[in-house]
Formats: sequence, C-alpha cells, structure tokens
Amino acid sequence: MMSAKANILAKLRKSLEGTQPIADDYDVALVTRPWSYPAEERIPRLRQLMEAVHTETHLTTTADWPALLEKLLADKQLPSLLIAPATAHGAQLAAHFAGREGLPRLKAYDRPVEEWKAELFDDTPASLTGTLGAIAATGSLILWPTREEPRLMSLVPPVHFALLKASEIHDNFLEVQQKQQWAAGMPTNALLVSGPSKTADIEQVLAYGAHGPKDLIVLILEDA
Amino acid sequence: MNSQARIPAVELSSRDLKHNAHNALGDAQLRSNMRKAMDSLMAKRLAAMPDEYEREHLREMGNHVRARALSRLPELLERLEANLTRNGVKVHWAETVDEANAIVLQIAEAHRAKQVIKGKSMVSEEMEMNHFLEGHGIEALESDMGEYIIQLDHEKPTHIIMPAIHKNARQVAHLFHDTLGEPYTEDVDQLIQTGRRVLRQKFFEADIGVSGVNFAVAETGTLLLVENEGNGRMSTTVPPVHIAVTGIEKVVENLRDVVPLLSLLTRSALGQGITTYVNLISGPRQADELDGPQEVHLVLLDNGRSQAFADGELRQTLNCIRCGACMNHCPVYTRIGGQAYGTVYPGPIGKIISPHLMGLENTPDHPSASSLCGACGEVCPVKIPIPSLLRRLREENIKKPDAPNPVMRGQGSKYSPRERLLWKGWRLLNTSPWLYRTFGFFATRLRGLTPGSLGPWTQNHSAPKPAARSLHELAREHLEDK
Repeated sequence: MMSAKANILAKLRKSLEGTQPIADDYDVALVTRPWSYPAEERIPRLRQLMEAVHTETHLTTTADWPALLEKLLADKQLPSLLIAPATAHGAQLAAHFAGREGLPRLKAYDRPVEEWKAELFDDTPASLTGTLGAIAATGSLILWPTREEPRLMSLVPPVHFALLKASEIHDNFLEVQQKQQWAAGMPTNALLVSGPSKTADIEQVLAYGAHGPKDLIVLILEDA
Repeated sequence: MNSQARIPAVELSSRDLKHNAHNALGDAQLRSNMRKAMDSLMAKRLAAMPDEYEREHLREMGNHVRARALSRLPELLERLEANLTRNGVKVHWAETVDEANAIVLQIAEAHRAKQVIKGKSMVSEEMEMNHFLEGHGIEALESDMGEYIIQLDHEKPTHIIMPAIHKNARQVAHLFHDTLGEPYTEDVDQLIQTGRRVLRQKFFEADIGVSGVNFAVAETGTLLLVENEGNGRMSTTVPPVHIAVTGIEKVVENLRDVVPLLSLLTRSALGQGITTYVNLISGPRQADELDGPQEVHLVLLDNGRSQAFADGELRQTLNCIRCGACMNHCPVYTRIGGQAYGTVYPGPIGKIISPHLMGLENTPDHPSASSLCGACGEVCPVKIPIPSLLRRLREENIKKPDAPNPVMRGQGSKYSPRERLLWKGWRLLNTSPWLYRTFGFFATRLRGLTPGSLGPWTQNHSAPKPAARSLHELAREHLEDK
C-alpha cells in the first residue's frame, strides 16, 4: 500500500504532466513603492497607526526611558514587571531600580515556563521586551523572541511595554525581510505585533483585551 | 466538562440547500444581522484599498504568486517538508479527513492528552475534529471568541472569518447567561472579558494546541498565522504540543511571497492593513529556550483538493487565501447566511470548493445557487474567476452520471433526460428559421392558452405571456406600409 504522501504527490505530479512551472515575476516595486516614506515621517506614521488601534506610544531617549517606565508603572499602579535581565535593556532597567525602595518588583524570566506557569498566568501583570524594529507601513513591531526574552513575555502578561529604537523603524515588510535577511535563517518564532489584542467577533463591535495583552505601550528611543 | 458535552448539533444538510435557504430567508433576525455585518465589511474593505491602481495590480500579483506556487506544488510540498523537518517539525500527510483525525488522535494518545485548545482552523472544521476527539474522551475547545460562542451553542460557523456574525450581542448575552451562568449583560466588552477569563484557564491547562495555517513557506519551513485576538499565539505557544492542520494548497514558494498575500488577506477580509498578530512559526522550543511547544506537528490534508488540482481550470479554486471577501459581497450569502449551505465553507468560495471536498452528489444545488452577478470574482484578492467556475461546475453537474473520464466526484447529480430533451428542442427551434417562424405564429395566435403556472418561476413572478404579434411581424408590416 502506498503512503498518503506518495499517493498525494503522485496525483499532483500526474496532473502537472506536460506543464511548465510559472516563472517568478515578483513585482518588488508594487509592494514597496506605495509603502515608502521620508525618514521624518516614519515615527509619526507608526505612532498614528498604532494609536488608532489603542496602542500607547511615547517618545523618549536611551538615557531617559527607565525613568519614564518607572512613572508609567506608577500611573498604572502595576505592582511588578517581568523583565529579561540578560538583555541590555533588562540590565539597564535593573540598574535604574537597584537599591531603591517602593518601586514595582522586577521579576526575571530566567527558568523554563513549566517551573512557574501559574505565577506567569496569575501574578505577572506586566512585562518589558525589546523589539527588532518596526514597520511604518502597517504600524507593526517586530519581535524575535530569544532564550533571554522568551515567547510568552509579550503574550501572557496583560500589559506589554516594548522598546523601539527609532533608527530601526523600516518602511515595509519586504524591506525588513531583506535588510534583516529573514530568509537566511528564521527563529523558532517571529512576530509582527500591531497593537493590543482585540476582537470584533460579537456583532463587529471592537473590544480590546481578547486573549493577549490588554495594553501595549511602546517606548520609542529617538536617539537610538 | 458538562457545558461542552455534545448534544447533537442542529446541522443543516448540504443536500437541502433550497429548503435551508427558504427557512433562512424567513428569519428576520438573521437577515438583519447579516445585512448589517456585510455592509460594514464591504465598506471596510474598500476603505482599506482606496487606490485602484495598487489594488488591481496587487490582486494580479496575488494571483501570480498563488498560480506559481500551484504550478510547482509537489516540489514545494517536498521542500516545505524537508525544511520543516530540518527545523524539528514533524510533518504528516493525510488523503482523507479520517486519516487526518487518526494522526491527531495518535499524537494525543502518545501524550495522554485530555484537553485540546484550538486556534481558528477551517481545516479542523472539515475534519470535524472536535466531535471526533470528544468521541475519544478528549475535550476540544475553540478559543477564537466567535468559534467559542458557536461551540457553546452547538452551531457551525456561519462565516470563515467571523464565525458568529449571525448572532447579535443580545443573543450572545443570553447564551453566556444560560450556559456559563454569567450575570446577564449585553455589554460587548464584558462579554469578551468573560470569554477571556474562561479560556485563559483552558490555555493554561491544555495538553495540546491546535491551529490552522494561513501560509506555509517552503523556502524557510515556516508556518504563518494571522489573528487579532492572541488565541492563535496562545494555542501555538503555551501547550507543550502544537499541531497545525492545513490543506496541501496552502504552500507558497518564498518568504517574500507572503508580503503581497498578507496585505491582500487582511485588507480584503476585515479592511485591516495588518492583523494585530502575524505569527511565524519555524520550529519547536530549542534545547536552550524557556518556552514554546516541545513538539510541533504539521498535518497536510488533501480531502478532494487533488481533484480540483487535476483540472487546469478548476485548479484556480486552490488559489484561495480564505479571506471571505466573496461572501461579504455575495447577495445570496448576505440573505441566507452561512449555515444554510450545510458546508464548512459557505458563500461563493464554498460553492466552488465544497463539491471537491464532498462530491457534487452532496452539493447538488450549490453551483446553481448564484445569480452570477460577478461580485465575488471582482473582489477576490487572488482573482479566482468564481462565476466561470460556477458555470463549469453546472456543466459537470448535468453530464450523464456515467459519462467517461469524470472530472468531479458525483458528476451529473442534476442530470435530467427531460431537461436535456427540452434544451435540444429549444436549440432546434432557434436555429431553424422555418420552425422559428411557425412557432412564433402559433405562440402569438394561441397566447390565450399560455399556462398560468410555470413551476418555481410563477411562485414569485407573473407568468410570461407572448404578445399578440411578434416583433418580426410588426417590423415587416411597418416596412410594407412605407
């Protein structure tokens, strides 16, 4: 008996007998030209698109963002923040918080999820991650989770803070794939995140905070 | 779990489309819910694609990308499998839904799984996976808000993108109150928060996450999923095992090919420039990673797709990227809703794909349930000529059932010797001037004998009656007078 794979492929091959593969006429201009922007328009466009879907964005700098984040945590009355201490930004925030009283507790994602899944789900109100940049065309953050900054950091906590370097805001998705050489090696999980989680499944009424974060707050580092 | 225990769902049969449609047309609530939703979806799509040049050229490009992938489908499927395998993903092949279900069950049993949480997947609907797994003592819970709502109500999706679009907030409020014991509220935010709370616990507990696939990239061995809610990411990231199920046609050649398709998909479906999440999965958790599934499986399902593939014209059916725009623009779908079709895929795309999945004998009226107004073909982001394919299926449907070299399973399900004879007579009448004139003479003189009832036509129309004199006669007299 032939396997399902062999049967399927045999049928498909037979159907293609005597035909030629269609040539690749990929139109690069069509998917880049309408989605290209002068440098000074990228940040405003990104902010406008992301804010239109309830993302909060702030302009700040490499030196100032920990203080801004401290203030935002206080404003939102968040008792703790999940960070990736092995990353540069995680270390910077830890240093900013070090030795000071009365600040939200910093928690590290430093062990396999199985060891603290309940705490992650039930007692982790907010997280901070970096990004690999953003896409101005669609208002999307690029996230490649790593060992240091795992996948669930940007998904399970109800509030997600994301750091974005202004110089890493690209025009469109194709440009990102090319500049960052995605096809040469994909991570186990890559993400485009364009706002807090949402749904319109009931009567097309838009509601935020479906299954992912209810709040997405982007800190844009203008000098980085 | 009691609230999920299956009572037999009210399932409408695909063989009763006319009857189902008749009932749906009389459901004022359904009519008003659907009309409102489709009007809004059409407006959103247009607002997201205001530039006609860009829109039309991108549709052309989407068509080329899909056609190119199909033109080398066997090779790309093998490449996809090789790259996914290299990345640590286990690839399975299934010719039928039974085989696909058996594969899923085998994985579930190997992990002693009791709970499965599902992201949105139309292929799993084809498989009736929930029902199958529950028969084996495994709870399968939908996590997309719309899918969750209809699962609670033991219904089938009415739309491939918005499964519960036929319900309004009041109906969902009653459902949550009656089945979950929640305080009654019609506030959509509160209803969604209820769903979030219930399902978050399920994500936490689930042994296996199941999802569909929007695009499978052969070049990199990547499964791309789009969604707004985050349930897709939850289903594919939290449970220790992830099983993706998809049709064999979903493969694209290169990663860059997803750029135009993604843009077409989200704008055509919901008028969104992009969905909240675009999730690209290329492998399970690596040895040094702290989360993500330990195992990722991909089940590639044929289920009649190779039949559509075998015919150069019908192959275009497989261009589909499942955006639902054809439904949103269809005057028939808007009026009868999705459930009347009795198929997993309703609307125009459902009418051209379901006969391959289920056979024409099970979808006898689907190719004809169209006014051929052409709206579906005009909005299709990958330019599937849906009206032409409907006409083609009508032809297949009236062939003699035992005609040689059948293209379709169940060909000739509407074959009628009487109808064929009538059309032959009609052709003769219209191609012979002598017969035509004779017929015209008697038809006008004996117009008093025209029957007042002409089957289904006169249910909604007045009966046709020939004029007292034919146009030919009048014209001839006019010229003679001069």
